[in-house]
Amino acid sequence: MSNKTITFKILRQDGPNQPSYWETFVIPYLPNSNVISCLMDIQKNPINSEGKKVRPVVWECNCLEEVCGTCTMVINGKTRQSCSALIDKLMQPITLQPLSKFPVVRDLAVDRSRMFEALKRVKAWVPMDGYHDLGPGDKILPDHQGVAYKLSECMTCGCCVEACPQYSRDNNFLGAAAISQARLFNMHPTGKLIANERLDSLMDDGGIAACGNAQNCVEVCPKSIPLTESIAEMGRQSSKRFWKTLFQI
Amino acid sequence: MTKQRAIVVGGGLAGLAATMKIAEQGMSVLLVSFLPVKRSHSVCAQGGINGAVNIKGEGDSPEIHFYDTVKGGDFLGHQPLCKDMCYHAPFIIYLLDRMGVPFNRTPEGNLDFRRFGGTLHHRTAFSGATTGQQLLYALDEQVRRYEVEGLVEKVEWHEYLGAVQDEDGKCVGAVIQNLRTGDIRAERGDAVILATGGPGVVYGRSTNSVVCTGTATTSAYLQGAKYGNGEFIQIHPTAVPGRDKLRLMSESARGEGGRVWVPRKANDQRDPKEIPAEERLYFLEEKYPRFGNLVPRDVGAREIYDICVNQGLGVHGDMKVYLDLTHHSREFLDTRLGGILEIYEKFTGVDPREEPMEIFPAVHYSMGGIWTDYTRTAEGFIDHQSPRNQMTSIEGLYAAGEADYQYHGANRLGANSLLSCIYTGLMMGPGVVNYIKNQKESATDLPSTLFDQAQQQWQEKFTGIKQMKGKENPYKLHAELSETMMSNVLIVRDNARLAATVEKIEEYDERWKDVECVDTSDWTNPVPSFVNQLYNMIQLSKVIAKGALLRDEFRGAHYKPEFEIKQPSDFKPESFLEYTKLKAEGGLKQDSFKPDHLEYMRLYGESNEKWLKSSIATFNGKGPDISYEAVDTSLIQPRPRKYD
Repeated sequence: MSNKTITFKILRQDGPNQPSYWETFVIPYLPNSNVISCLMDIQKNPINSEGKKVRPVVWECNCLEEVCGTCTMVINGKTRQSCSALIDKLMQPITLQPLSKFPVVRDLAVDRSRMFEALKRVKAWVPMDGYHDLGPGDKILPDHQGVAYKLSECMTCGCCVEACPQYSRDNNFLGAAAISQARLFNMHPTGKLIANERLDSLMDDGGIAACGNAQNCVEVCPKSIPLTESIAEMGRQSSKRFWKTLFQI
Repeated sequence: MTKQRAIVVGGGLAGLAATMKIAEQGMSVLLVSFLPVKRSHSVCAQGGINGAVNIKGEGDSPEIHFYDTVKGGDFLGHQPLCKDMCYHAPFIIYLLDRMGVPFNRTPEGNLDFRRFGGTLHHRTAFSGATTGQQLLYALDEQVRRYEVEGLVEKVEWHEYLGAVQDEDGKCVGAVIQNLRTGDIRAERGDAVILATGGPGVVYGRSTNSVVCTGTATTSAYLQGAKYGNGEFIQIHPTAVPGRDKLRLMSESARGEGGRVWVPRKANDQRDPKEIPAEERLYFLEEKYPRFGNLVPRDVGAREIYDICVNQGLGVHGDMKVYLDLTHHSREFLDTRLGGILEIYEKFTGVDPREEPMEIFPAVHYSMGGIWTDYTRTAEGFIDHQSPRNQMTSIEGLYAAGEADYQYHGANRLGANSLLSCIYTGLMMGPGVVNYIKNQKESATDLPSTLFDQAQQQWQEKFTGIKQMKGKENPYKLHAELSETMMSNVLIVRDNARLAATVEKIEEYDERWKDVECVDTSDWTNPVPSFVNQLYNMIQLSKVIAKGALLRDEFRGAHYKPEFEIKQPSDFKPESFLEYTKLKAEGGLKQDSFKPDHLEYMRLYGESNEKWLKSSIATFNGKGPDISYEAVDTSLIQPRPRKYD
């Protein structure tokens, strides 16, 4: 058994409106560990570096293969999913902090409801007549599908808005993820039937005009979604809609 | 009558499909989910969804899909349901297409289809290699639309604890716990649907997500619902080892031409790319020339086990084999398998476009689940208006998706799970609405004592859990339980070890009473919830292990070498049809077949007579009583499986 250890500094908070505090944990090193497997180890033996028995750390996770978006947190200062954060690739001590743009629920768990509300605002769905047999959809060329698929990989994880200087807890900016979803549905053959409704919400308060073009979002997106392209495209569509409405053409 | 509503528990594909179908008919739905529904385990499904659209002009049809499904499940599937599902599959794919799922396309712009296990046709529609995610998102979007319209109310970060039953045992609501505040409350609902997925976490590390503890379905079983075919647990042949979970490497990798091999020489330390073709053993292709790398999962997992354990040919002497895609171009791989290859690279640091992947089998899916009912038509389809469809043995309590038990028999075919989840959710919708409308009294008008009592009972239970001050850390105890299950109730099963496992689980049951609730705070405390989940996982382990112990045969994923009837290599499955016909007509003679074939068919027939039945677990207050029920096999006559 090796004597190697892993040191974590975790920013903890017992609940909303409670003070936050740092707690350090030193646990035995095991090969092939990631941040989640270490948090699981702490659960099995919740003792901090001072040898005191404490409550296990609370965090959220589900799929553990970077496809559900649940386990996003700030690891060594960088926003990312904790499942794909491999210990061997992280500098120690490893700091874990909750996302700063959302209300902390407890420890590393935050409430990202605002992101799902944004999807409602931009009507991120295809309007449909019903779920009965109406035959196949339109033909779609592979190139078009390729673009749509990339946008559709967004898992509402929150990295883009965490990194965005314009997105803050006291404004109502939609954020890159939702703007990009508006683009996805505006390019779908049926989805585009309500394209103007989506553009209207993008032109509303907290919409696309709030983007400061810092381009941090695209840097941190774990799925490499071309978020800045989406924002530019929706900017174009919105301007077109604006001028069309102005001149009523 | 006061407004009625359905409660849907679980926001994966089955739950969302049921929600949108019920809402479409104007009925209100309360959708309860552990997590925001968009984060449900369905996102982990990778390869695709089956439907015989016959886009490649191969003569594929729903009837062949039906046959492949039933054969893949070693004839333990309920045939009218399987048939109805396969005949609806093309429509379901079209529906998803209309919903905006970015399915891969042919150059002409049609839906593209790829190969998958257990079939010889291109029948699997796919969206890169994150099909489950894409399907889930499309359904999530439709449900969000109904949420905005006010027909669907979502309560996320809530866990289902149990059903509220009236004096006749009918389900009239659900007790749920708010995972933030810890508050427990009873919700009224005229029907409750459990679409809560599978129980992979019973085995600790599996391809399943963290929430897949099977707690909700086990709760139904503990309240008296029958649980079917618990022992049939699918082991996926290809997963990537990890400390926190075993990550799935989709069957689509083989569907797109991925080849499984090991070095012919044991413990060969060479770099795999330096091993020439003639020194590689492509064991699936050699043994199964027809299906090759695309044998069904039970067959694949057994062969990998055989190669690694019995023949000692695993890569570097470990329980691992190579899955090789390096003969394809990067562009081809990125378009068709991008998502999963990125994940492999992220977690292992090795680029699977350049190096063969190292993979091994892992617990993946439960064919078993809560017993549910159905109404068949004379033609062998399902009457979609029937309130009986998907209803458990508790009236008013329904189950759908992986939580149910009848579609996949003894082994599920790849890409049939996304289908069965969406199919069950959609199919049951009209029947559930009919059931609700037929009620004389709305659940809202029932006396509050029923709900108060149920709520109080669960509140007391959780107060008790929080006061547990024993010696056992619940997470450690879970690790022990899962280790026991993983070592003894997996690919190869043996009665002596199963009997010991059943006893061992009784010990865990005792030790559970000595658990320490390591966090007793009130706010967002996952520990009491986990202690309750652990209790349910122990109870479900008993169902799985005892079911496996008692079933003395080899069927699908349930492999007991002791009871294997060796099939003669030149045997043709159709002979068995002739054999039964001759036997029924009294014309069977000693020379009707080759002697070894005759003997094989006699044994196979006898074994089927005894074991081609669903095992049904009912809770007796301490553990499961297991009984057996007939399966409707009237549409396709059962026969021996053969894939070589």
